[in-house]
Amino acid sequence: MIIKILGSGCNNCVNLERVTREAVADLGLDATFEKVKDFPTILGYGVMSTPGLVVDEKVVLSGRVPTAAKVRELLESLTS
Amino acid sequence: MSLAERLRPTTPTHRWVGVGAAALGWFALYEINLPLWDWVVYDLAGLSPSSRLGSGVHFFFYDSIKIALLLVGIIFLVTVLRSFMSVERTRALLGGKREGVGNVMAAGLGVITPFCSCSAVPAFIGFVAAGVPLGVTLSFLIASPLVNEVAIGLLFGMFGIGPTLLYVGAGLVIAIVAGFVLGRLKLERWVEPFVFETRLGGQVIDPSVGLTWDDRIQMGVEEVGLILRKIWPYLLVGIALGAAIHGWAPEDFFTQYAGAGNPFAVLIAVLVGIPLYSNAAGIMPLVQALHDKGLPMGTLLAFMMAVVALSLPELILLRRVLKPPLIVTFVAVTGAGIVAVGYLFNAVIPV
Repeated sequence: MIIKILGSGCNNCVNLERVTREAVADLGLDATFEKVKDFPTILGYGVMSTPGLVVDEKVVLSGRVPTAAKVRELLESLTS
Repeated sequence: MSLAERLRPTTPTHRWVGVGAAALGWFALYEINLPLWDWVVYDLAGLSPSSRLGSGVHFFFYDSIKIALLLVGIIFLVTVLRSFMSVERTRALLGGKREGVGNVMAAGLGVITPFCSCSAVPAFIGFVAAGVPLGVTLSFLIASPLVNEVAIGLLFGMFGIGPTLLYVGAGLVIAIVAGFVLGRLKLERWVEPFVFETRLGGQVIDPSVGLTWDDRIQMGVEEVGLILRKIWPYLLVGIALGAAIHGWAPEDFFTQYAGAGNPFAVLIAVLVGIPLYSNAAGIMPLVQALHDKGLPMGTLLAFMMAVVALSLPELILLRRVLKPPLIVTFVAVTGAGIVAVGYLFNAVIPV
């Protein structure tokens, strides 16, 4: 699983990465993390409000920092 | 588990009972704040209300609590209401709108759309690349920080409905006019070319869709915590300065230099305010203290707008998409609007 965190590096993106790593650890998933800071690439995913969360090239969340529980739900629905 | 997650209700009844209890608690605290500090500072500590120390200390405690309470209530309400809007929805509403109508809509939407200044650059690219005119996009980017929910709440709590409406109205007019003027100037050549070349792809996820009431309430609780953690140092410094001015500054010190008699007061206030980076919460205690010392409302509102609307960190971010001449024009046009509003208010509101 490839997880990309979209955003220019402000607090929100750092927080999103933290809760996502928590969720991944909870679920025992094998995932690699990538940060995407380049604006044309971020817009290429259709994301206008950062931070954005992309799992295997699919945007699953943008515009807010969710709780770890919410990310866990999202990832579970993707892996099942 | 975070506090917000532990507070998560199990049934709808629990949820609304919880919200109701929190609201009642809030009103109770708000009501006992003044009598409490009257009693602690004047009766218990024995300080005189007319002494400098007494009025300064009273101002500090009473105001800190009052402002904190107002912020908690307002940020929560605004976050829950704003969770129904999103930048994505705003762009869809603005798409295909002409200049003029577009500027008016963009300014209004800028006020109600949840928007973090760290998203300014992707939002700018997203709007412009989707064909929203440059001036309309700028109206949105000016209104969003300028008409600020924290400032609205604090102004309302401290000065009442009149100055609050003036502030909101003035902010909207500045955003509409400045965006329209910037659009007329045809400044597209000063936008970094990659903005127009960006291909919008993927699928758009609208963050306002698919949220339950529990989600929205939880977002409100989290946002309150987030903003308070971020602004409390500003707030304390602002209140301490306010208290110092309140208790110690000579009565005519500020009116002498920045009062109604000085025709350059508004201009100087705006020039000082532009590079300053604070937020409405840090500025408002100062504004109140200076108002008590007799400074005119127009000068103070202009100062506050310059501080919250234009700041160096935001301009540095915008440099990624705008070339320097456009940034300078952007600051000049918006700053001129704020100065004009300041003089207008001073002319129509008696001190």
